[in-house]
Amino acid sequence: MRQTLQNIFRLGIKELRSLRTDPVLLLLIVYSFTYAIYAVSKGMSFEVADASVAIVDEDRSALSHAISEAVLKPYFKSAVEIGAADVDKAMDAGRYVFVIDIPPSFEKDTLAGRRPGIQLNVDATAMAQAGNGAAYLESIIDDEVRNYLRATMNTPPLPINLVIRTKFNPNGTSYWFMAIMQVVNNITILSIILTGAALIRERERGTIEHLLVMPVTPFEIMFAKIWANGLVILASAILSLIVVVHLLLGVPIQGSLLLFIAGAIIFEFSVTALGILLATFSNSMPQFGLLAMPILVILELLSGSTTPLETMPGWLQFIMELTPAPHFVSFAQAILFRSAGFDIVWQDMAILAVIGAVYFAIALMRFRNAIVRFQ
Amino acid sequence: MPAAEPTSPAPFAAEVSGLRHVYGKTVALDGFSLAVPAGRLCGLIGPDGVGKSTLLSLIAGVREIQTGEVRALDGDMRDPIHRSVSHRRIAYMPQGLGRNLYPTLSVFENLDFFGRLFGQGKAEREARIAELLKATGLDPFPDRPAGKLSGGMKQKLALCCALIHDPDLLILDEPTTGVDPLSRLQFWSLIARMRARQPGMSVIVATAYMEEADRFDWLAAMNAGRVIGTGTPGEIKARAGQATLEAAFIGLLPQELRASHQPVVVPPRVDDDGVPSIEARGLTRRFKDFTAVDHVSFSVGRGEIFGFIGSNGCGKTTTMKMMTGLLPASEGEALLFGKPLDARDMEVRRRVGYMSQSFSLYSELTVLQNLELHARLFRLPPDHAGERIAEVMQHFELDKIADERPEALPLGIKQRLQLAVAVLHRPEVLILDEPTSGVDPIARDVFWRYLIELSRKEGVTIFLSTHFMNEAARCDRISLMHAGRVLAVGTPAELVKASGETTLEGAFISYLEAASEEAGQREEEDASAGTVYPEPPPRRHRYDPLRFWAYARRETMELIRDPIRLAFALLGPIILMIAFGYGISFDVENLPYAVYDQDQSRESRELLESFSGSRYFSEHTPITSASALDQRLKRGELKLAVEVPPEFGRDLLRGRQPEVAVWLDGAMPFRSDTARGYIEGLALTYMADEIQRRTGRPANVTAADVETRFRYNQAFKSVYAIVPGVIMLMLVLIPAMMTAVAVVREKETGSIANFRSTPVTKVEFLLGKQAPYFLTACVSFVTLLLLAVLVFGLSIKGSFLVLVAGSLLYILATTGFGLLVSSFTNTQIAALFATVILSLIPSVNFSGLLVPVSSLSTAGRIFGLAFPAAWFQQISIGVFTKGLGIAELWPALLMLAFFFVLFTGLAAVALRKREA
Repeated sequence: MRQTLQNIFRLGIKELRSLRTDPVLLLLIVYSFTYAIYAVSKGMSFEVADASVAIVDEDRSALSHAISEAVLKPYFKSAVEIGAADVDKAMDAGRYVFVIDIPPSFEKDTLAGRRPGIQLNVDATAMAQAGNGAAYLESIIDDEVRNYLRATMNTPPLPINLVIRTKFNPNGTSYWFMAIMQVVNNITILSIILTGAALIRERERGTIEHLLVMPVTPFEIMFAKIWANGLVILASAILSLIVVVHLLLGVPIQGSLLLFIAGAIIFEFSVTALGILLATFSNSMPQFGLLAMPILVILELLSGSTTPLETMPGWLQFIMELTPAPHFVSFAQAILFRSAGFDIVWQDMAILAVIGAVYFAIALMRFRNAIVRFQ
Repeated sequence: MPAAEPTSPAPFAAEVSGLRHVYGKTVALDGFSLAVPAGRLCGLIGPDGVGKSTLLSLIAGVREIQTGEVRALDGDMRDPIHRSVSHRRIAYMPQGLGRNLYPTLSVFENLDFFGRLFGQGKAEREARIAELLKATGLDPFPDRPAGKLSGGMKQKLALCCALIHDPDLLILDEPTTGVDPLSRLQFWSLIARMRARQPGMSVIVATAYMEEADRFDWLAAMNAGRVIGTGTPGEIKARAGQATLEAAFIGLLPQELRASHQPVVVPPRVDDDGVPSIEARGLTRRFKDFTAVDHVSFSVGRGEIFGFIGSNGCGKTTTMKMMTGLLPASEGEALLFGKPLDARDMEVRRRVGYMSQSFSLYSELTVLQNLELHARLFRLPPDHAGERIAEVMQHFELDKIADERPEALPLGIKQRLQLAVAVLHRPEVLILDEPTSGVDPIARDVFWRYLIELSRKEGVTIFLSTHFMNEAARCDRISLMHAGRVLAVGTPAELVKASGETTLEGAFISYLEAASEEAGQREEEDASAGTVYPEPPPRRHRYDPLRFWAYARRETMELIRDPIRLAFALLGPIILMIAFGYGISFDVENLPYAVYDQDQSRESRELLESFSGSRYFSEHTPITSASALDQRLKRGELKLAVEVPPEFGRDLLRGRQPEVAVWLDGAMPFRSDTARGYIEGLALTYMADEIQRRTGRPANVTAADVETRFRYNQAFKSVYAIVPGVIMLMLVLIPAMMTAVAVVREKETGSIANFRSTPVTKVEFLLGKQAPYFLTACVSFVTLLLLAVLVFGLSIKGSFLVLVAGSLLYILATTGFGLLVSSFTNTQIAALFATVILSLIPSVNFSGLLVPVSSLSTAGRIFGLAFPAAWFQQISIGVFTKGLGIAELWPALLMLAFFFVLFTGLAAVALRKREA
């Protein structure tokens, strides 16, 4: 037992030394946990922010002016006025997501209680912003019209006072979410590629053959890869979480960082085991790359970190449940946003551990055969 | 001096002066000058690591000159024009067991590739290949993949590849290392025939075989980066006053090196009648279509030195691998220490030391780190380990290079390191597969003295294979193998006697010839001097479609040979499109919610009914307390909670505007924003109904009517927006990665040497590598298009032609991006990782797939537009959903073409034709 631990430790040190000799690789790891996180969380958001709006003002009244002025940051960029003839061209080119068309004599008709129509054109290919942005614009227009009317005549008060409060991320700033999810995604990508490729490299260079005549077991070889690569990735991830996400981007970290780290270790185990498992299914680095790539993209986009999990069809949800990503995303959200404690997240942790153990066990069974087959 | 006549050859094949070459801190050559005569067979001899390989690569023009002058074929090798002319006249065969071959290609295809690179026509190629294969005895296996050849056969094939274009200058770096004596004979007679046909041809060879060097026309003996003697073998022997070249070479060495050398003496072995340490009983190994080892039986006593000799590819390595448990036997039994071998038995492993034929230590760890790793894994006691490591390092002369990494070391020194590792843990049995291949004569003797000491003093059993007959003669017993069977076993003297020859080498050759005759494979000596082919027409140096085609064709064949890779490349995108087409949806539905109704009145139920009736929400069991509300949201079970205050109904009826609170989980802002919109909508409807209930007439809560028109996607379904995006995503990630890894793979496996030493230009090489992945991606595009139309029901509203043109340009750009990545990465891991990390972010986040480009921050927009994905996304979405054509999309097409030129151009600039 002590011997096993020592072997795992020694082989792991070897992994770390190998990693150190590839400066390009190290640079890429740094990039993926610094600038990549920053750029994504600052560069895009799913919330309606800075959406581009144009307005066709055929009324030129105080009311139409008020509506145009009400389209405000941070949700929208200031509305640009365009001519009615330019609407199609501008939208075809994707210059604006929303175009508001205020018809002639809109103000007059409104005051006369004729409920005039106001047209809102939405580029529905911009899925993430189209729906929510349209809803916002509708309510902005509505509010403006109502305020305008209230100033000029009496309208009945609303029967209830609806208050919508957002918990855990009260301002709805999506870069909080994006930043943390980007860290999680990068952990997945790095773990699968580094660990899996480390095994393929040993096979391609023939060093695994040497290992297999030494008194070390496949279990030790695999575990060494897991801890060494996992350590590098986790250390960078946690550093990134504290320095880039917390200090630089100013995202508050609500829950216990220690609990998060504990979960991250279990997650790390499961994804590195997945990396090794994939490596046992491929004979060469190009094959491994092609196998890993779709899996990485699926884990990134369908884990619930980009779009909500509950909108996926049932069969797909079920498949995704068998991968570690959605469990860790739900775990990370619970701790980092909702400051959940162990009593709430233990289930996710347990599932992650089971998934990791299953991957590891299958990889272990395939290990020796996969290597003999390769020769 | 007048210019040389075209007919009279230059006096020197190569001339170097004042040459200095440094690798990091190691000086390989310093103030080195040498003139190698033309038209002759010239040898470089000297210990490992004296700069022979560096010198040869500089003369061949595959390495950048640091300081000094190199002239070859009467021209300056610093001059790029002369270099590019020379590439067609020089053939260079690098060190290593066929490292420049393509393992999945057959013997014939490898040769065919080289023939094409030199612009030979079909008939000429076939004739030359047939001749070369016959001359080297490879003719029975033209269809065997190069990767399945034995080490020596690979060497022969590599030589054939070098000889295919009738070079004027042939540069061979240890060409016969690991080649069996019979093949060596065939090898040199092939060279002799080539020279007879082409009398002007100069040959420069580095070799560790002194018997071979003895037959050369001219020799240069090197030591420590300097020349210590030149002349014919006879002159060198005469100068040193020695009868053999080996002795003469030792005589030329400086005093202190000479002093350490003594002849190897083998003391007689005392017979040990105990249990044999190694025993094979009818050991057989079959691969798919042939039997590599056929019922081999032998036994090796404790302390015996047992040698395996035999032709290349006869099954020696396979037998040894079975004895270590690396390969399971198909039939028969392997016994170690009298017990059947169990591959999982750690105790047995610790008693065995193994050295494989090809280098199998960690090239990314230093020499010392490799030794330390093995010491720990073999459980040497820590206090003893340091001492033991120092001991073997001294013994194998590794102490000066303790902190260097093996990848930079010459073959002979790598072999020493492998030996040092194999004996480090004092095993009782040593299994050594060609341990001395590529090692210089002096170091070989040092090593043999060590083995003999182990055997005689410590009773270590040694089982080794070798191609050196003087080494075989030192074994207690040898076993001669051929074609998977043992031909004879006995002491060297017995075998010589039985064959009726005088030397072991003679005995070996006669045994093998007899065996080949039996098998009906007798070779007829080729009497003709070979056909002389006309010089191929001079080819343009900038760009030659034939060389491009040679690379493209070869790369395509390698891809086709790897059906798994091809399948992954084509199936991956299909699976992804299905997963994303169904999986990525911005339609927020079925949000789990619960109510905390503290009023429980008719009015509160009316309010809550508007929620339960909506398809956007799905109701969970009601909340009973304020703390439960908190807990359930925290757990993520609920995404929103509706709280109705006590007295709600009464307040409502009295017109007091009671407050209804809705709590949203804001962890995922997109979802909470959407939910907010839904709730506001529901509330407005509820309020309108409520006013109507009280006043009895329809009420308008809103004063104006906003008509929202969802353009391009009236149904507002995610699939119409996502599927075109998936095409964009798949045509960047997979083609870029395949291309990048394919190029870097050549760097890692060593076949990049062919790019350096042949006339192929950078652009031909890069485009040739790119072509098959471009085609694969085109096929992928067609399948994705069909999937989009047939399965997801998308229709192409715009110009189909623009979509096709855009896709082709986009694939060119993304495979070009792969080429660019390959130019700054040196390992496949880094290349894989770099393409994923560098292309995933701009294509997923900043391309317009998830968020429109016009809504990105300025930095994000620049990031996105600086990558082809965002431009193709405009085309894909534009043609599929917006019905656009060339009038709107020409700028995007232009940008994609620009990216292709930019990426490929940058990759060509960054790629180095010569090694640093």
